[in-house]
Amino acid sequence: MTPMLSVRDLRVSFATDDGVVRAVDGVSFDVDTGEVVAIVGESGCGKSVTAQTLIGLTRSPNATISGSVMFDGRDLNTLPDNELRTLRGARIAMVFQDPMTSLNPVYRVGDQIAEAIRAHRSVPKAQALRHAVELLESVGIPNPQRRVRDYPHEFSGGMRQRVMIAMALALEPEVLIADEPTTALDVTIQAQILDLLRTLNSERDVSVVLITHDLGVVAELANRVVVMYAGQVVEQASVDALFAQPRHPYTRGLLASIPRLDSPRSDRLPQIPGSPPSLLTPPDGCRFAARCGSVFADCVKPPPLVAHSRDATHLDRCWATGVSA
Amino acid sequence: MLRFAVRRLAGMTVVLFAISVIVFLIFNVIPNSDPAARIAGKNANPALIARVRADMGLDQSLPVQYLTMMRRIFTGQLTSYSSNQNVAEQIWKGLPATLSLCIGAALLWMAVAVWFGYLSAVRAGRFTDRALTILALVGISLPVFWLAAILLYFLSYKVQLFPTGSYVPLSESPVRWAYHLILPWVTLAVLYVGFYSRVLRSNMLDAMNEDYVRTARAKGLSDRQVRLRHVLRNSMIPIVTLFGLDFGAVVGGGAILTETVFNLNGVGLYAGQAIGKLDLPPLMAVTMFGAFFIVLFNAIVDILYAFLDPRIRLGESAPV
Repeated sequence: MTPMLSVRDLRVSFATDDGVVRAVDGVSFDVDTGEVVAIVGESGCGKSVTAQTLIGLTRSPNATISGSVMFDGRDLNTLPDNELRTLRGARIAMVFQDPMTSLNPVYRVGDQIAEAIRAHRSVPKAQALRHAVELLESVGIPNPQRRVRDYPHEFSGGMRQRVMIAMALALEPEVLIADEPTTALDVTIQAQILDLLRTLNSERDVSVVLITHDLGVVAELANRVVVMYAGQVVEQASVDALFAQPRHPYTRGLLASIPRLDSPRSDRLPQIPGSPPSLLTPPDGCRFAARCGSVFADCVKPPPLVAHSRDATHLDRCWATGVSA
Repeated sequence: MLRFAVRRLAGMTVVLFAISVIVFLIFNVIPNSDPAARIAGKNANPALIARVRADMGLDQSLPVQYLTMMRRIFTGQLTSYSSNQNVAEQIWKGLPATLSLCIGAALLWMAVAVWFGYLSAVRAGRFTDRALTILALVGISLPVFWLAAILLYFLSYKVQLFPTGSYVPLSESPVRWAYHLILPWVTLAVLYVGFYSRVLRSNMLDAMNEDYVRTARAKGLSDRQVRLRHVLRNSMIPIVTLFGLDFGAVVGGGAILTETVFNLNGVGLYAGQAIGKLDLPPLMAVTMFGAFFIVLFNAIVDILYAFLDPRIRLGESAPV
């Protein structure tokens, strides 16, 4: 079966005043139909840029994009803007991090949803608005008949994110890209939004690309995980394999930094020492070497992303796993 | 919404009262000389000065003087003693020309400024943007009297494309009305076109980085729809505020130079002539008239603002 979305060797760099920032440096992954693939990593690792590049939102005069994003037999990276636009929102939709700022404050939410519908289908406004009411209801917004006429500032953060999701679902997309959909929300609301995403994924068979730095969210929702570090994929595995046998030292560091209820309360949470390298001048060898506890001679060479065990779907980018396997 | 409007109008009354007190103080109290002599005008004889003193109640206490002056201004009884004309009547007569000039110029400057600002923002950093930037700076730097004189000299005197000013009432001939007003409109609009297009450009460039604009693009809207419905729409909010202030100021006296150079017999020309003759009553009335317009348009804009930005209606803070 061909995957729904297939990303190969995606590279995105931005020309800035300080030099060329290689935000995404050779990222590849597949998303199957109905699958939830999580892209995790700390701030600045390139996960959001990857997500936005999938639908061409990072296209700009100072951006250089290469590699391919295959969707329905077409390479989205080389698709002209106006053709890509017909897919955007209709077949691949996106939900953003901050629902407080992602809706236009001056339009009613119903109008914003109707606008998305009418961008792709020539239906009368009244019909689009009726559809908006149904959508709001389907994402669990109480009293949708009335709420459709409210402005974004009249909704709470969680409700706004539901509106964003309703808008993303308006045209029944095959792929939903959720860029840190729960980061700006408090914990109970996070759980509700994750539930909603899970329901949509299972009921509508929508493929989800979930961008997050929260491994708890990954464990809740994802089938497969792509771990990114400094613009590269450092590990990729099914969610079970990743949590049971993390291979890359960075992944292990991430998992170790999750606070646990059953461990004694120490003064500080465990953390990975140091900070990620600058993407202006990334190190030649392993990009994690400077922060890694088990560096050895090979780490000055760039490690490849390969399967080091019989599980061909579990890839990692570390010389050490290659030696020990 | 209605309560908001009522509250705003009440606030407007308070501001107008404060302005009227200040106007009174400036004209009647602060100058250290006999107000009756100054109101009577140049070369007034003692009998006239005595009559002014009696009319305006200038031998009474300051609050009574204030009330007398305001009553005269607002009931239209204020007269210019040096020209023997009723001030309110003169202002009323000047209104059509002033409003024709100001409304026409305002429509022109808004239309051109939005167009230029939009083009500048869309082509930021490229040739069109740079050319418009230079044009805007030139427009902002040109003094109105100089620009008016240059336009008159080249387009009315040398080439004789346009008439040399003077106002033709709209009721008399709409075509000639507009024809006579083209140069004054352009003159008055140039400064504001420069200013507004710069403000709109920077507002739009800021708005383009907003998250909701990214959402709009992610929805699959065309670049043009994103720019018009999301970027431009949200960038217009501060422009409307500016417009309220400036339009009020232009109606209330900002057009004095334009009206004078083009010899349009409006309120501004009347005020200009009063200044020349040191005739105080028209100046008092025109000052109040100007203040009234500025405050009125501010109130209108505040109410309009609530329509443009729904967050205002609930008393939330303005967009940053």
